[in-house]
Amino acid sequence: MTAPVLSVRNLVTEFDTRAGTLRAVNNVSFDVQPGEVLGIVGESGSGKTITGFSIMQLLDQPGKVKSGEILLNGKDLNKEDSRELRKLRGDRIAMIFQDPMMTLNPVLRIDTQMIETIQAHRNVSKAEARQIAEDALAQVGIPSPAERLKTYPHEMSGGMRQRVVIAIALMLEPDLIIADEPTTALDVTIQSQILYEMQRLLSDRNMGLIWITHDLTVVAGLAHKVAVMYAGRIVEYGSVNELLDAPAHPYTRGLIDSIPSNASHGKRLTQIPGMTPSLLNLGDGCPFRPRCSKATDACAVDPDEHTLSEGHWVRCHNPVLEAKG
Amino acid sequence: MLAYLIRRLGQSFLVMAVMATIVFFGLYMVGNPIDLLINPEDDLAAQEEAIRRLGLDQPVYIQFLQFLKGVATGNLGVSFVHNTPALELILSRLPATLELAFFAMLFAVLIGIPLGMFAGLYPKSPGSRIIMGGSIIGFSTPNFWQGLMLIMLFAVFWRVLPSGGRGETTELFGVPVSFLTLDGLKHLILPALNLAIFKISLVIRLSRAGTAEVSLQDYVKYARARGLSEKRVVGVHILKNILIPVVTVLGLELGNVIAFAVVTETVFAWPGIGKLLIDSIGLLDRPVVVAYMMLTVFMFVMINFFVDMAYSMLDPRIRIKAGKA
Repeated sequence: MTAPVLSVRNLVTEFDTRAGTLRAVNNVSFDVQPGEVLGIVGESGSGKTITGFSIMQLLDQPGKVKSGEILLNGKDLNKEDSRELRKLRGDRIAMIFQDPMMTLNPVLRIDTQMIETIQAHRNVSKAEARQIAEDALAQVGIPSPAERLKTYPHEMSGGMRQRVVIAIALMLEPDLIIADEPTTALDVTIQSQILYEMQRLLSDRNMGLIWITHDLTVVAGLAHKVAVMYAGRIVEYGSVNELLDAPAHPYTRGLIDSIPSNASHGKRLTQIPGMTPSLLNLGDGCPFRPRCSKATDACAVDPDEHTLSEGHWVRCHNPVLEAKG
Repeated sequence: MLAYLIRRLGQSFLVMAVMATIVFFGLYMVGNPIDLLINPEDDLAAQEEAIRRLGLDQPVYIQFLQFLKGVATGNLGVSFVHNTPALELILSRLPATLELAFFAMLFAVLIGIPLGMFAGLYPKSPGSRIIMGGSIIGFSTPNFWQGLMLIMLFAVFWRVLPSGGRGETTELFGVPVSFLTLDGLKHLILPALNLAIFKISLVIRLSRAGTAEVSLQDYVKYARARGLSEKRVVGVHILKNILIPVVTVLGLELGNVIAFAVVTETVFAWPGIGKLLIDSIGLLDRPVVVAYMMLTVFMFVMINFFVDMAYSMLDPRIRIKAGKA
């Protein structure tokens, strides 16, 4: 096995608020291998976005990485100073944000924003940088990139803007890209275009990708590994096939069952009862307990990781063991 | 665009006409200039001769019609006191005021924007508290008192700057200016600063609010995620987005600064149009006051026009709309 691009070990991220300390990411560990896509799935508030921003070291106040290691190519990002982090961001580790309408600066032209990114990391002339930017736009399927470069973000559609953002992410050939729900704000046809484009671009590059989403169907088509997050922790982790075919955690199973499909046609849609718990008063034990149909007295004690098979583990006392059917 | 320009010009002529009418009759009601202008020791014939020469023997509507006739031929009347054309008199004093106003605005921008941005970026630092406290004092204490304090500190107490007058002037394109000589510059600093205090406070507040708002936007976080230097993020991505409200307000304030430099010019004995206006009102020198008002209105109209132009340069989104309209 090659060395992972990214190795997150026991990551804890907390927000010190007036109401108390909020543990948004709780003891999270995972690896991303070169060329591998890791899907992080969870409901809103499960800590998936905060995990992404923790890796980028771009948490908003009062968020703080409390403990753990974030090793990018063996370098712990928690220990780097801001100068070193600035050099890594955008160059070795790039991020794609959720809402393409809000991501690009409205008062700066596309070329300004692309060229400044290149020049922040590479010692090239403006003309060379422009050429790199133009090639990057062409690669993500933007027609007449030279003209597009001279436009402002508001002159483009959402899909086009997200392509620009993806082009910026790929432009400097980073080792890792973190994509935070990049297709959520787009309509379905554009979403599938972008996903197709992503798959095409990833196939000939050896970069790691973390795809943060609440949409399991997107993960099914794109990811190699999946981590399901609930209330700040990973509750199930495994390869995409195993996890989707034999979801072991009741929560994962609930997520899969919530997707309307042909099989459920005419029947009432299944849903997970209740809501994501407040991170302020989680109490002891499994945080999913109040919503779980399989909860027993044992669940009052926090469950450990149970390995089900090679590379597939679940954090549950009563995992669902029969295959999905 | 041309239609817009013509409409704009038409509006401004209307405003100028209404303004001139109000001021003309208003001053007629305030008092009779004859009482102040005629030497009571002259014999009756000489007095009547003087009154006739000034046109003050006619009924007021005839005087007004004659004034309108003059305006139509570009003649705004002759000063009762100085016996020179009113417009010429004002224009001869205008450079001093313009110089003062220009430097006041320069102070407002160069001091106000950086301080405001600092307060917006680090709202909890002690520096920010001092800045915001200072801006409240700048807002709420009367301008003449601020002027007196400046004179007391810099001219009386520390004896580093002169307390009044224009100092040594040199000719620049045939116009006397102060800022090119060391002595003139020293004379300029205090009055310009006094005129600027209110504007500095205003700009601080505007830039702080803008910076606090813009800093939270996704595109600022994204700029950091691309590894741009903090200098670039603050100096380009944030600054360009907060400039629109600042330019609007400063544009409007520029008119104010020129038109109402009265207090500062009086306190610092600065020989500009503000001082001329005060003297003229005191002597009921109607042609000068009316000409001053008309010039002021004209100036406001022109400034608003240029502010509109500046917007479209700052915000590409406005540019597009204007192009379609």
